Order: sequence, then structure tokens, then C-alpha cells
Amino acid sequence: MRYSIFSLARQALNYHKGWEKAWRSPELKPSYDAVIIGAGGHGLATAYYMAKEHGMTNIAVVEKGWLGGGNTGRNTTIIRSNYLQDASIAIYDLAHKLYADLSQEFNYNIMFSPRGLLMLCQTEHELRGFQRTAHANRIAGLECEIIDRKRVKELVPIINDRDDARYPILGAYYQASGGTARHDGVAWGYARGADKMGVDIIQNCEVTGLQREGDQIVGVETTKGTIKTNKVGVVTAGHTSHIMQMAGVQMPIESVCLQAMVSEPIKPIIDVVVMANTVHGYMSQSDKGELVIGGGADAYNNYAQRGSFTSLEHTATALVETFPIISRLKMMRQWGGIVDMTGDRSPIISMTDVKGLYVNGGWGTGGFKSIPGSGFVFADTIANDRPHPVAEPFGLKRFVRGEFIDESVASGVAH
Amino acid sequence: MLEIKCPVCGVVGEESDFHGGGQAHIRRPASHDPANISDEEQRDYLFMRHNPKGLHFERWRCDRGCGKWFHAARDTVSNEFKAYYSIQELPPVELMKAATGTWAEYFKDKMVAK
Repeated sequence: MRYSIFSLARQALNYHKGWEKAWRSPELKPSYDAVIIGAGGHGLATAYYMAKEHGMTNIAVVEKGWLGGGNTGRNTTIIRSNYLQDASIAIYDLAHKLYADLSQEFNYNIMFSPRGLLMLCQTEHELRGFQRTAHANRIAGLECEIIDRKRVKELVPIINDRDDARYPILGAYYQASGGTARHDGVAWGYARGADKMGVDIIQNCEVTGLQREGDQIVGVETTKGTIKTNKVGVVTAGHTSHIMQMAGVQMPIESVCLQAMVSEPIKPIIDVVVMANTVHGYMSQSDKGELVIGGGADAYNNYAQRGSFTSLEHTATALVETFPIISRLKMMRQWGGIVDMTGDRSPIISMTDVKGLYVNGGWGTGGFKSIPGSGFVFADTIANDRPHPVAEPFGLKRFVRGEFIDESVASGVAH
Repeated sequence: MLEIKCPVCGVVGEESDFHGGGQAHIRRPASHDPANISDEEQRDYLFMRHNPKGLHFERWRCDRGCGKWFHAARDTVSNEFKAYYSIQELPPVELMKAATGTWAEYFKDKMVAK
């Protein structure tokens, strides 16, 4: 069913009894041309572009919980593309450009809001680092600017701009086209689009094993039965190591918990996204009025989806110092998600030594912003059995060859 | 919040009193045969991690206590610590038997009762 003002009016007259489900809940078939493990943003986007760009519609997306219920529903919804390295700029900019038109493409509102994004410079080193990033971005054609404290204060009136602050605001990197989107909407839009083209999305279906015959992947064992297939895309960031071990493949990844929280809803006080990397915190305000707050990850391996109070305390401390107005605000919800950490803090989009086994993970603390780009290049990689040019630098080979895409220096903690 | 006990000085503290050091019992190839290290071995040493959902052997440093490094075995799902042992030691035999992945390989010929 196409959504429009007319369908809304028609359904209103019909007491909203005629709305169809946005996607089917099909039975699992015994075999598919390809199986995508993980119905989060990246997995659903992969399936969507496989169907749309490569005509592969006999595919399944299997998900152990409900679609969009992992990290896609747990992030702070920030979208930006201001990375330092060329390879990163290529994929995050592709994602950013796709995000801009997704609502129209889906006929489904993902509430993309390019409201502007500031990365504060609170030390001389950080200022110089971001000036370097800004130069690199402008060479790559990304619009951005370094702004001074006065301009920061104009854009963010609630910010603490005092000279005697522990980390005074020296300026900021400003990407006017950065912003947020509704994370569930992104997952639901891709699910609806993929389903419409015939992709089977199987929820509550946990993968328990991967079947190999020699070097070739031949099947996926799940709690709903075994699926025969020659192509498997693993898109289970947070659990990438866990799933890949089922095929006997080791990954250069550690899983840690990253937490976020939202405040009680209040009137609008901030209309941009602010990231303060030196003090480890970032904040924006949702359309409901809640302040959406995130910070640094915990420092130990963890699959429990609940993190340590230390990290929350650290984030709250940093943000109260940066935005004194929020000091008496109550936090309404707090949650944790398990994220993949790679050695160079860049993702892995790769073929593997097992034929027909592809992996997309290692997104660290910043996967949401890249969903459309990641899905687009991973779909192409799976369909053509060779790395998409934008995905190639993110292959597993880089850890052998030392060709790292070192972004941990460029973007600090909020990555 | 984890509560951790240092096996060296005996102090019990919150995790913020300690510093996590990641996966333990990783063989450094250069210490054994420096002349013959392949790129793959060096990658395995630097970047490959077993990262299991379950029993994990790891290193911690007693940051605000005695300052010593030590080993711990912890479940990454329940976060329960199964054992603490010194940085020179191997885990208790029953935990070595339960180890998976590269650890199982590493402990295979080292399981003699202490």
C-alpha cells in the first residue's frame, strides 16, 4: 500500500481499519539464493539493494530477535561524513547522500533531519586535528567549516563558553548537512522496501550453525530449520566474532558495550547535534523533546547488553560541564548495545577465505550513519562475488598488509 | 559495574580502580622465532581476537592498588569472574579444559595439575 495524504484520508474515513501490515511474516523456505544473517539496518539495507540493484529477490534475512531490535534501535541516530581518510569519506559520504533521498525512495518517512553537527574543539590539539580533517574533507568535496567560539555560541546558546571552563571552547568543526534520522524508521523502511520486492524477512530465527563443504559455504542452521544456500552475508555487528566462529573464521574484533540515555522530554533547547570528543559526550534533542546522550564505550569484552555505571557517570559529568543548563534534568531511560571494535576502529566489509561467506561488521560505535552506503556496497560485493571499489579498502586483508584506515586518531571517541 | 579482586595485593574494588588489558595468553611470535615471522602470524598476534560469548581469559592492572598486572577468567555474558591468577600463571585446570578457540589450542599440552 502506498502511503500518501489520500491514503491517510481514505483510512481516516474508514476508522483506520484498512491499513495493511508493512511487511509479511513468511515461512522459512528450505533454500535461498542468498541468506543475510541479521535484520538490523545494515542487513536489511543489504537485502534491499541486492533485490533492487541486482535483481536477487530469492533471498532471506534471518534475525534472532525482532528486526531493528539490536544496535539499530540502540544508537543515538547521528549522521555525518566528516572522516579524515579517503576510504572513510567515500563510504560515509555515499551513505549520507543516500540518506537524503531515502524517505522519498521508500515512500516511508525516516525523519532525516540534516540539522547541522558540531564537533567541539576544546584543546589546541583537537582544534588543529579538526582543521586537518576540514582540509581533507574540502579536498574530497564535503562542505564543512571551522567556526570560532562566537559562532558556536550563536548555534548552541546553551553551551558553556566561559574562558575558565576546564576545557574551554576554542572553536568547532561544523558540518551543516550532518544531523539525525529516526533509527527505527530506517530499519522499517528498508524492511518494507525489501519485503515488497519479495525478500523473506524471518524474525525470531536464531542462527545456530554455518555449514561448510570444504571451502564452500552450503547452508545455515537456524532454530527454525536448516537453509540450503551458497551465499551467506553475516551482518551481525556486536556478534560478528560469534557467528563467524561457526564457520571457523577468526575475526580481528572485540565486542564491548556502548551505552546511551535519554532525558525526560523538555522544550526545545538545542537544534543541532553537538559532539564533545575531548570530554567524551555527545548530545542532540529528539522531536519528542528528549535529550539523546551518548558517550564512550566500556573497556572490557561484554555480550550482556548492559554496561557499567562508570561510563554513564563519565558522560553525564562531561555534558553537565559543557551544558550547565542540563544539570538538574532527570534521565528517563538508559541502555547498552554490543559493538564490534577493530584494531584501527574502521569497519570490515569483506570477502573471506570461505567461498560464499561475506562479512560486514566491525562498525565500532558509529554504524548507524553508514547504513545505506554499507548496504549498497555489501549487496554489490555479494551479488558479484568481488569487493565493491568503495568496500575494497575495508577488506580483511588490510590487517595482513598493514593498510589500516586509521580513524581513531581523527575522530576520538565518538566515532 | 564489575567488582574485581586483585590476586596480588588482595584489594577488592570497582572496575574504575582497575584497567582492562584485553585478551590474555597470546603468544608473541617475535619472542619465539624472531627471524621467521609471517605477516599472518603478526596479524594474529596484534589483531585477531577470539572474543567468545562465554568464558574469556583476560588481563587487568590493579591501577589504584598495587599497580601489578594479573590474569582473570570471566564469563562475557553473565560478567561473573571465575578465577583470578597471577600474570605468570596459567588458569586453573578446569577452566583450561573449558577454554575454546585459540586458547584451547594453547592450553592443550599445559594441563598438568598444579
